[in-house]
Amino acid sequence: MKLMLKIWRQEGPGKKGALVAYPMDDVSPDMSFLELLDTLNEQLIGKGEVPVAFDHDCREGICGSCGFMISGEAHGPAKLTTTCQLFMRHFKDGDTIIAEPFRSRAFPIIKDLVVDRSSLDKIVQAGGFISARTGSSPDANAMLIPKNKADRAMDAAACIGCGACVAACPNGSAMLFTAAKISHLGLLPQGQPERHQRALRMVNKMDELGFGACSNHGECEAVCPKGITIDFIARMNRDYMRASTTETMEPVKRV
Amino acid sequence: MTRLISFLRTNVGSKVVLAATGAVLFLFLVGHMLGNLQIFEGPERLNVYAAFLKSTGELLWGARAMLLVAVTLHIATAVKVTLANWRARPVGYAYRKDIETDYAARTMIVTGPLVFLYVAYHLMMFTWLTTGPGYSETDVYTNVVSAFQVPVISIVYIVAMLILGTHLYHGIWSMLQTVGISNPRYRWLRRTVAPVVAIVIAAGYIAIPVAVLVGIVK
Repeated sequence: MKLMLKIWRQEGPGKKGALVAYPMDDVSPDMSFLELLDTLNEQLIGKGEVPVAFDHDCREGICGSCGFMISGEAHGPAKLTTTCQLFMRHFKDGDTIIAEPFRSRAFPIIKDLVVDRSSLDKIVQAGGFISARTGSSPDANAMLIPKNKADRAMDAAACIGCGACVAACPNGSAMLFTAAKISHLGLLPQGQPERHQRALRMVNKMDELGFGACSNHGECEAVCPKGITIDFIARMNRDYMRASTTETMEPVKRV
Repeated sequence: MTRLISFLRTNVGSKVVLAATGAVLFLFLVGHMLGNLQIFEGPERLNVYAAFLKSTGELLWGARAMLLVAVTLHIATAVKVTLANWRARPVGYAYRKDIETDYAARTMIVTGPLVFLYVAYHLMMFTWLTTGPGYSETDVYTNVVSAFQVPVISIVYIVAMLILGTHLYHGIWSMLQTVGISNPRYRWLRRTVAPVVAIVIAAGYIAIPVAVLVGIVK
């Protein structure tokens, strides 16, 4: 099949970028989107041009490295799919495809389609941890966890931190990501000691990094390759409200 | 106190304020609509109701004060959150597709101010009596009927209520979601009941000028 690729080319941070058109002949419908870019890059290198920079690692849809906007949708038109698992059979012969980097104030562009998503790591660093007992390993099933709680926690833990939610959100909000991270720990007994501090710190961090607010558009959920739902955002808001009213961050001063 | 301030400063906290003040205004809209619909029971009923509201004195002013605070907070927070949202994406996309969001959700920051402008005009007409054809302090019924017999006034009112309905269409389910009233099992319920409530409220208000225009209420 024949395709017209329009790719955002930008030499580096702060440089002026533009969409550049690359006609692609002979595209196999069984290629993944990243393989299409690999093919393009081989052609570019052959012509002595600079190849298109893009993030990728596992190419199995589980690591969260890849991802950019494909014709206006984060990770492209297929549901529950990362960019690496998006195959060209989802497109029609003669289609024009626009590839743009994820755009957010908190995701500065490094080069072409590569953005710096370390702000998501900073949100996790702010509170995405638990206190664990050291020493010998605990007995299996010593800690009782209801099946439905374990399942919900697993649903949240499926987040691979790709940043598609931020990219798709009209407000550049990281609430789906943060909600998933807060919930997958907060639903389990191991996450209880820091539960309230986690909600307070991660929510504050999100704002500090320049992410927007949630307007309940639902765009994040629609593009999430792991099917994280906005029910977790409601859960995060509950946790944050409870933490704000009950938690004392500092020890109470006695007069 | 510092905790309250830091709560209000965050986007989540701001959204909770928007939802809570939105809920107050929503409850007012329901009450106001039910009160207004008494127009269908004749002039006496509506005028007695209006006189009753005025006779409550401090209670009326308490309710008005609460609404004023709710409106002020709702607007101030909406502006703050919207500015934060715009700042969050300084460079836009060359091409972006909306998948899940709808017209009502994307235009909240437009429909909100439009409703506010209409409310100001509405107060001038029916509360302060500084505009419009009716000027009676006690005969609310005649004020309403003579105003809505002017087609332009009726049309502006109907359009305003449609805009309000659009705002509520997103707002009602949104406020429940924001304050965390959410369970995956009942999600479909929120997504269907909220629009129905928005339509009922808009239709309830619109019924009055329509009834006046077609002559059911004279």
